[in-house]
Amino acid sequence: MRVEFDEPKCVAAGQCAMVAPGVFDQRDEDGVAVVLVAEPGPELADEAQEAAAVCPAAAIRLVEQ
Amino acid sequence: MPGRRDPPGGAVNTIVVVGASAAGLAAAETLRREGYDGTLTVIGEEADPPYDRPPLSKQILAGDWEADRVALRTTEQLTALRLDLRLGVRATGLDTAGRVVHLDDGTEIGYDELIVATGVRPRRLPGAGAHVLRNLSDAIALRKRLLPGVRLAVVGAGFLGAECAAVARGLGCDVVLLEPAPVPLAHAVGEQVGRVLSSAHVEHGVDLRTGVTVSAITGDGVRLAGGELVTADEVLVAIGTQPNTEWLDGSDLALADGLLCDEFTSAAPGVYGAGDVARWHNPLFGTAMRIEHRTNAAEQGMATARNLLNPSGRKPFAPVPYFWSDQYDMKLHAYGYLRGHDEVRVVAGDLPERRFIAAYRTGDRLVGALAVGMPPKAVRPWRQAIATGTSWKDIHDIAA
Repeated sequence: MRVEFDEPKCVAAGQCAMVAPGVFDQRDEDGVAVVLVAEPGPELADEAQEAAAVCPAAAIRLVEQ
Repeated sequence: MPGRRDPPGGAVNTIVVVGASAAGLAAAETLRREGYDGTLTVIGEEADPPYDRPPLSKQILAGDWEADRVALRTTEQLTALRLDLRLGVRATGLDTAGRVVHLDDGTEIGYDELIVATGVRPRRLPGAGAHVLRNLSDAIALRKRLLPGVRLAVVGAGFLGAECAAVARGLGCDVVLLEPAPVPLAHAVGEQVGRVLSSAHVEHGVDLRTGVTVSAITGDGVRLAGGELVTADEVLVAIGTQPNTEWLDGSDLALADGLLCDEFTSAAPGVYGAGDVARWHNPLFGTAMRIEHRTNAAEQGMATARNLLNPSGRKPFAPVPYFWSDQYDMKLHAYGYLRGHDEVRVVAGDLPERRFIAAYRTGDRLVGALAVGMPPKAVRPWRQAIATGTSWKDIHDIAA
């Protein structure tokens, strides 16, 4: 799967970094999310799904390849 | 008997979600992701497919985004969920014994399991012609009127009113912000923090008037309780909400400022609640709460779906509530349950600079943290400490 992150939508809530620390982090200066792994493997798929689901800005989409 | 289904314990073949906003959508998505393959009906009062509400008082009102940017999912994503999606339809009644939901188009729909996610609606004031802001159409209607020089009266300086006041100033409107409390938001975030947040509005030229109660909307502004008329071209009423539970009146569900649910978000056999409408027992704080935050809607929708599908392995829904607010250049993040706190302490940064973390105590526990302008890595340990029920006496050990 591939992570599509719509950065201008990000509200810096950090929910993604919390539920999927293997896939997302936050920038220090403004808290905006950073994609660590653009194509998460099966071991990260569940947490990536969770992050997309809880993102309060609907800024994360997962595209099956 | 129409719609009659097997009692709990039988196979679940029909799930109905009433409410097609963040909570309802999260529940529906989670049901599918967790393998539920049966009929999944989602009923939404609004004609629009599920959309996101927080940007309504921010990017949409400011005109930075077109309306289509708030869609929560693409058409393809919704199609993939294989929903029986009924939009523009309102639930009008519930028969829990027969397991039937009645709809305003005269039809009824049976269910094995029901998720109530009907949200809230704005409270209003007597008199016609005022705006409220809850739906996309509300935001678009108000945006059209916020031209430079327009005099806007915002009634209520809570987070919604404050955000709209900030946006309206950015658009060049003259804004008067009317608030009955002596300090805006004091009941939610404490007096000190409330004062600091409201100072930003005064600095940006908002005419903030506290200790005033609006009694009615008039044709040319608002009437205060003392009789004074505050003239305005447009009026926005942002004085809170009430849960949409009237359609549950006459059912045997317990209603008390929301649909009462237990810690598993269950309201009755076969009925769950999620999102703004649900008042559930949060075991992390040992109290019943109803949370109108965007993140809670998604998290509770997900948790409800999982408990519904796996009753024997159900888990208490025990989140740390979270919300954010954007006002001018301030970005505020709040974690926990701040309401009714006994003490506020600034634990990092500096209050007047509007760059700080404030910690909240209730009883002997750390129950909340509110941060403005602080890096996420400084804030995260506080969230973690709230999640683990840290004692107030131990907050010195929380990494700053």
